[in-house]
Amino acid sequence: MTRLYVARNTRVAARNLDGEMMIMSGKDSTLFTLNKTATIIWQSADGATPLDEIVERRICPKYEVEPAAALQDAETLARELAAHDILDVSESPILSVHSHPANPPAGESR
Amino acid sequence: MSVLMQELSAKALALSVPMSVQLDLTYRCNERCVHCYLDHDDHGEMATAEIKHLLDEMAEAGVFILTLSGGEIFLRKDFFEILEHARRLTFCIKLKTNAVMIREREAARIRDLGVESIQISIYSHRPEVHDAITLVPGSLKRSLDAIRFLKSQGLKVIIANVLMVQNMQDYEGVRALADELGVASTLDPTVTPMMDGDRSTLKLGVDNSALQGLFRNESLVGDVEEFCAVPPRPGEDELQSLPCSAGHTACYVSPYGDFYPCVQFPLTCGNVRQRPFLDIWRNSEQLKEVRSIRMKDLTGCSQCTHVTNCTRCPGLAYMEGNMRGPSTQDCEKSFARTGIPSVNLQSKKPSAKNLIQIRMQPAGAAVSA
Repeated sequence: MTRLYVARNTRVAARNLDGEMMIMSGKDSTLFTLNKTATIIWQSADGATPLDEIVERRICPKYEVEPAAALQDAETLARELAAHDILDVSESPILSVHSHPANPPAGESR
Repeated sequence: MSVLMQELSAKALALSVPMSVQLDLTYRCNERCVHCYLDHDDHGEMATAEIKHLLDEMAEAGVFILTLSGGEIFLRKDFFEILEHARRLTFCIKLKTNAVMIREREAARIRDLGVESIQISIYSHRPEVHDAITLVPGSLKRSLDAIRFLKSQGLKVIIANVLMVQNMQDYEGVRALADELGVASTLDPTVTPMMDGDRSTLKLGVDNSALQGLFRNESLVGDVEEFCAVPPRPGEDELQSLPCSAGHTACYVSPYGDFYPCVQFPLTCGNVRQRPFLDIWRNSEQLKEVRSIRMKDLTGCSQCTHVTNCTRCPGLAYMEGNMRGPSTQDCEKSFARTGIPSVNLQSKKPSAKNLIQIRMQPAGAAVSA
């Protein structure tokens, strides 16, 4: 199986509003919001953790969902966000994400 | 504002989150615009470390849209250091500048840092008019060069034009210039008083006939009949609504750390050098008072024909002496739209019995000084 790595695009603007991310594209100022599950994936997208591991560790324990179905949904989401230049997706680790209190890891949102 | 942004703003309001902040980095400026409301002397600006700390606090508080303005922001030697820090905190950054210090290198750096938009003041397409307003010869050329540099980097630029007596004839020229440059433009006929309350700048504002012409220009307002129609009477929901976002989801911080509901609303709510940003936002008595005001509480305005679509500014009302009162400049705009004087303007009209006065002194009476 090919593992996917996901990283937050550093050109976007983003803020957590009550557990849901507001994200503005750096390309064309389009505004997006992510629901709580998508927000967990966004916040975990550090470029180093494979997507399947994010789903297994962060999503599956919180929601009653089959891991394979959850991973499929997560991959679809990742590719959609990548199409909008919000997330970078690669088959190898990505080393460009800022680590900062404004982008807390999943589970540590304000 | 997009529907999604409206939804997010409503959510931010319900959660009491300061969604949008304007931070002025300096009041110093390299132009001397005749209508400017600021004192350009430096009375003790926040240092780099103080601003970075404030930005950390704002990000923690949930601020999403951060407008960096001044004064002229590029006069701060640490401007790019501040901007880098702000982008690391993933703010959506908007810049307001006269752009005369932006050359190719600065434009490239602004692009690299992912700035959302840059608003640049242009008052006329004619150098003799623009430069006479900024009082800096050559400033129009410098600003327009900068717009081209920024556009060549793919950045979003917005020309902001303030309409005054001096440039009243030129707004179509500025719009044509914006089209030629491929940028958006805005036009604002409001000249504001100085922050210290000095109202002498107001004499630069355009008169009623000029406003009428503006509001009947289809290319500016769209459907003229609809724009200038007498608004419907307000329902209970409208009377219970908030006058504006100042202090509710938006606020302002000066270069000295003073915290106001809005840049046009100089009601000091605290100082970020003395209290954490979020503490002021949540607990300032002044902000609580601003937040308590509903449309139904506005003196005169709540009974006015224009209440449902007036552009009334609470900050301008505050500067007139009453944050629950009218802002006369907006009354004048409403009057220019509909031809109906506002409650405030009617109360200012001299009464008929005092309009013509004849005073007579009986022959032979002593003349007193």
